[in-house]
Amino acid sequence: MSERRPVPFRGGGFAPTPRRVVPWIVFAVLIGLWQAASSSGLLPSLFMPSPAAIVRALYDLWIDGTLMEHVTASLKRIVPGWIIGTAAGLAVGLAMGIFSSARAAGLPIVSALFPIPKIALLPVLILWLGIGEPSKVATIALGVFFPTVISAYTACDSVPRNLIRMGQSFGLPARDIVTKILLPGAMPGILAGFRISASVALLLVVAAEMIGAQHGIGAFVLTAGNLMQTDQLLAGVVVLSVLGLLISWGLGAIERSVLRWR
Amino acid sequence: MPLHIEGVCHNYGPVAALDTIDLDIADGETVALIGPSGCGKSTLLGIIGGLLQPTSGRVSLSGPPSADSLNPFTYIFQDFALLPWRSVAANVALALEHRGLGAPECRERVAAALALTGLTEFAAAYPKQLSGGMRQRVGIARALVVRPSVMLLDEPLSALDAQTRELLMEDLLAIWAREKSTRVYVTHNLEEAARLADRVVVLSRRPGRIREVLRIDVPVAERGRPEHTALLIDVHRRLWALIRDEAATAEREILNV
Repeated sequence: MSERRPVPFRGGGFAPTPRRVVPWIVFAVLIGLWQAASSSGLLPSLFMPSPAAIVRALYDLWIDGTLMEHVTASLKRIVPGWIIGTAAGLAVGLAMGIFSSARAAGLPIVSALFPIPKIALLPVLILWLGIGEPSKVATIALGVFFPTVISAYTACDSVPRNLIRMGQSFGLPARDIVTKILLPGAMPGILAGFRISASVALLLVVAAEMIGAQHGIGAFVLTAGNLMQTDQLLAGVVVLSVLGLLISWGLGAIERSVLRWR
Repeated sequence: MPLHIEGVCHNYGPVAALDTIDLDIADGETVALIGPSGCGKSTLLGIIGGLLQPTSGRVSLSGPPSADSLNPFTYIFQDFALLPWRSVAANVALALEHRGLGAPECRERVAAALALTGLTEFAAAYPKQLSGGMRQRVGIARALVVRPSVMLLDEPLSALDAQTRELLMEDLLAIWAREKSTRVYVTHNLEEAARLADRVVVLSRRPGRIREVLRIDVPVAERGRPEHTALLIDVHRRLWALIRDEAATAEREILNV
């Protein structure tokens, strides 16, 4: 019998394995380096305040109530804008997903208007609705509307045709096919669309507030920049980032409970 | 219930898929439709069940309408067509919910169908938790719950592995021994046809025509016996002789899709 040579192992690698501590270490190291650079005077505090200064600014803003005032002002625009845009977008998008005629009518218009950066419409909306809240809410609603339409009707398309055939073959009335097969089947796509529309809403609220508002995080950040209060400016940016994280965490929780079957 | 297919033709645009299919199926009979891929056997099944409009010809049932059947033509699908967001019991109940039955009767019927398919302990499970064989059992239970007059099986075992397929063939035979529907069984698997069908209809390549109808004289319930092994092998051989050349041609075809 000849010599037995073991087969060399050459698998493994590339498969993602969880590394729970690594992200925190990276975070800590980056912030530590930043703080060290600021403390040693390498970073001029006027252009790049230290993490400690930003935390201090955040704390002060929290204590004197201005933080909540601005966050509340922004939320009062985001929430109604997002709800109006989402409701209208779902109505139109689902109609386009269900009825061929609605799709034929709606698709060209939606495709034509979707690429317009909605902030460009703010001046027109101010002209129509005035400088107050309605024009900002309308900008957000418009910005949310189009991606919602597109995600809703593509979500309807993604429901396997065979499930609909199955419903027809068991004699389900059209209404039941929509409520029991099409809508639940489209739910993952619709909820994924919410993530996109929520980030659009956040973007637009900041932009709209920078153009014309006394309060709101966008206005606050802009004013802080004009006054060279960079610690406050970056504190505002941190608040925006936290807001975005909270929204995406909330949507994730909704997805997990609605889509438990996945 | 006796089923009559008269002069059914079907075209997809300029392409003829089925050409003048005439076939009578007796009450309680199981007819297998086999043929090379693209011969239109699934199209024919779609026409029989009223999911596709034939270009010409018609399909009808005769005999007194069954008072018991909620959905005379009922499908079992190759890909099971289960709703992933519904539990096993709720998937089966889907076929009943719009029929205006009382909740207790629904529950009773669903429980009976689950018992018949050995799914009782899986009632609360979701499709993704089940093996392919169990998923298809849910599909079978959903079909049984409406007490069909005609059961239309569209390659029901083709998505399953060989061993599961054997088990499900046994299950189907056991179920068919207890309920009296007429069955049309589309498959490309010659063994399934030889084991399960009273008659095997061999379709030709596109446009599909009936090339041969082969009656297997041994009752399906007895085909598992050793003395019939030779017969099954012979049926298999004859079916293969009928479709081999066309299957080879169909395989070499370039598809225009």
